[in-house]
Amino acid sequence: MTVINTPRPPAARSRIGRVLTYVLVIALALAIAVPVAWVLLASLKKKSEFFGSPWTLPEGLRLQNYVDAFTDAHMGQYFATSVFVTVLGLVLVLAVSVPAAYVIARYEFKGKGFVELLLLGGLFVNVNYIVVPIFLMLVDWDKALVDVFPGGFFLDNPSVLSLVYAATSIPFTIYLLTAYFRSIPVAYEEAASIDGASRFRIMTRIMLPMARPAITTVILFNFLAYWNDFIISLTLLPGEGKTVQVGLLNLFTAQKAAADYGRLYAGMVIVIVPVLIVYAFIQKRLIEGMASGGVKG
Amino acid sequence: MLACLLPALVLFAVFMVYPTVNVFRMSLYTWSGFSPDMKFVGLDNFRHLIDDEQFVRAFQNTVTLLVVVTAVTMGMGLFLAAIMTRQKLRSRNFLRFVLYIPNVLSVVVIAAVFSAIYDQNNGLLNSMLRLVSLDSWQQVWLGDQKVVLYSVGIAMVWQSLGYYMVLYMSSMSSIPEELYEASGLDGASATRQFFSITMPLIWQNLRTSLTFFIMSAVNLSFVLVRAMTGGGPDSSSEVLLSYMYKQAYTNSSYGYGMAIGVVIFAFSFLVSLLMSRATKREPLQF
Repeated sequence: MTVINTPRPPAARSRIGRVLTYVLVIALALAIAVPVAWVLLASLKKKSEFFGSPWTLPEGLRLQNYVDAFTDAHMGQYFATSVFVTVLGLVLVLAVSVPAAYVIARYEFKGKGFVELLLLGGLFVNVNYIVVPIFLMLVDWDKALVDVFPGGFFLDNPSVLSLVYAATSIPFTIYLLTAYFRSIPVAYEEAASIDGASRFRIMTRIMLPMARPAITTVILFNFLAYWNDFIISLTLLPGEGKTVQVGLLNLFTAQKAAADYGRLYAGMVIVIVPVLIVYAFIQKRLIEGMASGGVKG
Repeated sequence: MLACLLPALVLFAVFMVYPTVNVFRMSLYTWSGFSPDMKFVGLDNFRHLIDDEQFVRAFQNTVTLLVVVTAVTMGMGLFLAAIMTRQKLRSRNFLRFVLYIPNVLSVVVIAAVFSAIYDQNNGLLNSMLRLVSLDSWQQVWLGDQKVVLYSVGIAMVWQSLGYYMVLYMSSMSSIPEELYEASGLDGASATRQFFSITMPLIWQNLRTSLTFFIMSAVNLSFVLVRAMTGGGPDSSSEVLLSYMYKQAYTNSSYGYGMAIGVVIFAFSFLVSLLMSRATKREPLQF
């Protein structure tokens, strides 16, 4: 019997490497999971429990913090505003972007190159740069309309905030939808038009259902952008009405000064939970959508 | 057909094109915002910027954050993506799920989470250091001028690491397995495979993500600073956008603020362009 003398596979080394890899990745996952879990636990603590070690578990299920956050800190009311603004923003952006994207993907017209270039440029304009001029523009409009709306109309108006959200996400939305529409074969539309379907019918009955994955992606990304925004809503809703994020920011400042964290953590949970639920349900689609074209940091 | 395009174009023009043009236009004026008193001063605002110590400070902070955070996030993101795709970890999907969570959280939440982590007395970080007897490492993480910028930087990495990891994972997973098998038979180590196969093949993806990273890091640093430190202590964590915001709203110097806006615009555009030039390679196919 001959002994085949093969070089020893570096099994030992790779096992150590594997263990190290696991340790590293798990440490990172913990660095993310621990603070988030800790917020959830802290939201159930009494005021006196915040002093001493932060690692102790809450003494019991204390939901008073949530009641306080919802009512005294108005988080319930802000929550409603956020839901309204987000939903209206999504409706608006889809209502204007879907038809536009369809036309850009399928029809030739004069100035099309320019329109596409302009929208592409819009991808690079972040709202943070232009929130000041937008604010000033709305102030001007309010001044011009002071006779009709003495109290002002454009500022402190959640619907206008939705409109600004929708408008500023048009470039991204159209970009993604156009790319998707282009990937759908023209044959479907040709067949439908031979059968006598109108252009409108083709768009609503054939293209829309086929573009569902892209539309879902757009809704997800825009949902996160609208729900999580606080700079624009901080600027455009300077009065009593606020979104959850601005409400949380105020709560943050107030509770820190008072060294009373219970409400703050409850408020954080109120803001985080909807996003985590949505994320848990659609994470696969979100990650696919991100990979397929949405580079949006 | 026009009816389909028009609403989108009007909204886009009114709320994006016009305000963008206005940033540039207003940077040439001095204006306190609400008074009708608007004076054309040409490039004076820009000239003042050079002598403005706070602006220079904000600029330096932005550059520091960009360099450090980009290097750390992209380096770690690439490394993690490589081991997650190559090593076929058993709990891969769960880990991906967890690591991506910070990306769906709002900046206000992240700011609040990190205040809890960084809190001087009852924070997670200091109490953990006490636990492992590294008491001397304890810091006033958000109150120390030397440390605060890096504390913000860590929050930025925490927020975006998962996003870039997932992005690289998806382009790495499209590299054909045969390439690794063949090079493995030739005795190439995992490290060698990473640099000779993985990196060249995802290079284009890396370049695009770098450009977007720069743009988004400029913005992320602003929202985080706004929510976490307000630029303090003593403007040691001020970044360009937060300084612009301060000039415009707190100081009511809208023209001056917009000049800062123009500089950020030009700066991030220029850096992206340079990066894109510097990383240009012949595209490789597989």
